[in-house]
Amino acid sequence: MSIDPPYTAEFANAGYLAELPEDMQQRLRDQAFEGAAAAATWEDQLVVAPFWSNTQVLWYRKSVAQEAGLDMTQPVTWDQIIEAASTTGKKVAVQSNKYEGYAVWINALVAGAGGEIAENTEKGADATITVDSEAGHEAARVIEELAHSEAAPADLSVAQEGQAGATFGSDVGGFMVNWTYIWTNYDDSQPEVKDDLGFARYPRTVDGEDSRPPYGGIGIGVSAFSDHKEQAIEALECLTSPESQGVNADLTGNMPSSPAGYDYPALKETYPQELLDLFQESLEAAAPRTVSPYWSDISGALQSRFHPPSSVDDDTPDKAKKFITDVLHQKDLL
Amino acid sequence: MSATAVPTGKTTARTSDRAAGENRLGLKLVAPAVVVMLIVTAWPMIQALYLSLFQYRLTAPDEKEFVGLANYASVLGDSLFWQDTFNTLLIMVVTVAVELVIGFVFAMVMHRVIFARGVIRTAILIPYGIITVVSAFAWQFTFSLSNGWVNSWFAWLPGISSDTNWFGDHWPAMFAIMVSEIWKTTPFMSLLLLAGLSQVSEDMIEAAKVDGATWWQRLWKVILPNMRAAIMVAVLFRALDAFRIFDNIFVMTRGAQDTESSSFLTYRQVIEQFQLGLGSALSVLLFLSVLLLAFSIVKLFRVDLAQARGEG
Repeated sequence: MSIDPPYTAEFANAGYLAELPEDMQQRLRDQAFEGAAAAATWEDQLVVAPFWSNTQVLWYRKSVAQEAGLDMTQPVTWDQIIEAASTTGKKVAVQSNKYEGYAVWINALVAGAGGEIAENTEKGADATITVDSEAGHEAARVIEELAHSEAAPADLSVAQEGQAGATFGSDVGGFMVNWTYIWTNYDDSQPEVKDDLGFARYPRTVDGEDSRPPYGGIGIGVSAFSDHKEQAIEALECLTSPESQGVNADLTGNMPSSPAGYDYPALKETYPQELLDLFQESLEAAAPRTVSPYWSDISGALQSRFHPPSSVDDDTPDKAKKFITDVLHQKDLL
Repeated sequence: MSATAVPTGKTTARTSDRAAGENRLGLKLVAPAVVVMLIVTAWPMIQALYLSLFQYRLTAPDEKEFVGLANYASVLGDSLFWQDTFNTLLIMVVTVAVELVIGFVFAMVMHRVIFARGVIRTAILIPYGIITVVSAFAWQFTFSLSNGWVNSWFAWLPGISSDTNWFGDHWPAMFAIMVSEIWKTTPFMSLLLLAGLSQVSEDMIEAAKVDGATWWQRLWKVILPNMRAAIMVAVLFRALDAFRIFDNIFVMTRGAQDTESSSFLTYRQVIEQFQLGLGSALSVLLFLSVLLLAFSIVKLFRVDLAQARGEG
């Protein structure tokens, strides 16, 4: 079964996943990116085999960056791209509908300022919620700034990946954070957008501190209740071999979870080497979402207090902390 | 006096015997169906009632714990529950009221139309034949910022521009949800009202006409009072249906902008968060609300359901 990283801990903790043989865990761990292995681990066991790993980069329209006089060879901050888009009458497209993608953005913003949404997650519902840290306030500041700027797309509060892609491809497209598959998104429909498409490392939350791009992907697990566990585990290793990862990346645009997967020859035909290097650099710097069996509660409560983006202000992180804590202790309905 | 009273008494007694016999037969005939119903519906209900007394999450199955009525206390003490209940009631009242008016107009059209009767009736009923999820997506696209037509067609109205984000705020989002709901279910309402309309005797309407009643008087004094049972059935069915609204909200906003309904809240607790205990408590409360609602509507219209079926 394919499992999204934030739910891996939830499934493993409930005992739904079959244990993988120790030697196989080691092989898979050696093969995968560090972030991918971390996201696949629960209680020191690798519970799923990392299959593909995705990350976000900053996509921009070269013409817009040029017009705004923004040097894209250097790392940029959120403040800079919001400012650049505002002055050129363009938009910064993000994912901020009330859904998991919004939690991805918030997590990347918080991590980019050196913080975390929650700590001590091995304590389950008694984890320490740290979204009200300095970093959490920095994240809220960026969201507030974008939501109230000229650079906010009209559909900010309902935008998912697809809407963000559409805004970016329209006349007002300027900047966008989105997953790796954007590179081939406009090939057939809007070749003129592809010609103008630039990419750079995920924007920094605070000046002078490296960004922590989002981490996404899929791990494959075997059901603890399967009648054919051994065969399934064998199939698992074949499905997630670097070569299979390469084939999958070529077909779907979802990038391999291992450096070896990036050596698949066809990938180099579709993607420029600099972009493949940027993906790998981003994956190595990526901040996976908090690994906790209660992630869906944490994420849901976080979205509930941070949505709509235009309502976010300096009090939001404190309110979110209180609400997440109450939800985890079942004092509040989510 | 006594001469007339005695035969009456005898007749009543005789009818009672027969009625009692018929009742016994009726009970026997209906028994198999009742048994099946008990197995199919009563069992899940009892199980929900049982589960609602536990703190029980599928993600932590070993931590199942008996908590008594604590789940009910936390639900009833939560502002989200009341907000969602208010949303649900609001959607129910507004959509049923609007549907009653439009549905009645459609029923009149279907009843009176003399040309192309089949085509007109079919055209009116088409929305009801469309799956709710499909119609919800259609309306979501209609109101969508990037590919909808509402913004471009109605840009001349104050407050609507090409940048209006219908799903970005509470009231516009509620409006879009209700429009979709009304469009989809008005035909059902008009169908039930049409059945009532065709039961109103033409003679009474003729007589009223002869007595000089205007069209408006005939509608209010003759047609509507004679349709009361049909109207009640229509309102009851639609109100209970509207109270369980889920699909439209799920597709259009996923509950964002505080547009969540009671069913949606229950769904999220059970299906998304695996909170079997809390979710069951919510389902029980939802079930009680539906019962209360059905009871109030029957009382409000003061109609005997047996009478509505033509048994009175």
